[in-house]
Amino acid sequence: MRSYVLVYILLMAAVTYLIRMLPFTLFRRKITSPFWRSFFYYVPYAVLAAMTFPAVFSSTGSTLSALAGVAVAAVLALCKKSLTTVALSACAAAFVVEVIQFGFIV
Amino acid sequence: MNKRLSPYGFREGFRDGVPIGLGYFSVSFGFGILAAGAGLFTLENLLISMTSLTSAGQVAGVKVMEGVLQAGAVTAATVVEMLLAQLVINLRYALMGVALTQRLDEDMTVGRRLFYGFFITDEIFAVSSAKPHPVGPRYFSGLVLTPYIGWALGTLLGAVAGNVLPLSVTNALGLALYAMFIAIILPPMQKEKGVLPCVLAAAALSCVFAFVPVFSFLSGGFAIIISAVAAAVVMSIVHPVPEKEVEG
Repeated sequence: MRSYVLVYILLMAAVTYLIRMLPFTLFRRKITSPFWRSFFYYVPYAVLAAMTFPAVFSSTGSTLSALAGVAVAAVLALCKKSLTTVALSACAAAFVVEVIQFGFIV
Repeated sequence: MNKRLSPYGFREGFRDGVPIGLGYFSVSFGFGILAAGAGLFTLENLLISMTSLTSAGQVAGVKVMEGVLQAGAVTAATVVEMLLAQLVINLRYALMGVALTQRLDEDMTVGRRLFYGFFITDEIFAVSSAKPHPVGPRYFSGLVLTPYIGWALGTLLGAVAGNVLPLSVTNALGLALYAMFIAIILPPMQKEKGVLPCVLAAAALSCVFAFVPVFSFLSGGFAIIISAVAAAVVMSIVHPVPEKEVEG
């Protein structure tokens, strides 16, 4: 455990906890502003999209295997499969493509 | 605020939590591998998962820490970057926390809210707020148990086995988190038409920041924040979401 890394871990934990805890503990009324309601609604999807693209294409051993995984994930997600099913199936697809491309690398 | 007591006990919560825990295990296994690949020690990985409990936030946090590890010290820029990244990425938990307050029974005292507030995630929020009756501390104690253990255990095994498993397997598992993100993004697109342009705009901006050399001074964390906030602000102005969709 490096102390300068610990600083960031605790910082991360503190911010995340406060964001969750403060509204959960203190909030007593409804948000009425259409803008803010919409902003809160869109932000998670925007964040997930920005984190996924383009990073997902370099998350495996080759762009081709990542593409195969994304395709499988997209199809299963649209079929409303569970998060676990989608994640494991996408990994399996990427695995198969890489073994075909490079053989089984140890 | 609902004054009734929740009909759901520990056992009901535990039963609802098991599938979430299994999902978290497989996803946090991927996080363990990712974080180990970024140069974090196993104990550091485990501590992140045990204190933060947030998939997207942790991935962004690790991206910031890659820069920190290169510098080998605490710097003001990366501290600000970490604070902003966590604030923006986890902002949805604030809204979920507000929504959940409307579903709590009178047993949920301030002290218990301080405790259970820590465990608000997309899945725990979704499951507990979808219950037909109010939920209380006994239900939450069962609900959060398996997801918390699954998240920590998966991270630990991912961090350790990430160095032991064959490269073909770890390469493939690197996709797990991103696949889960895709699984969260896609289904609402069919329900609310503003989500698709929002997602496309955020992804396009993120790609521009990643590939256009002019923006190479922007670190990964800031690029994600700017892309996401810009896309969400524009869509909130152009296409405000009807009230019932936000509630759902």
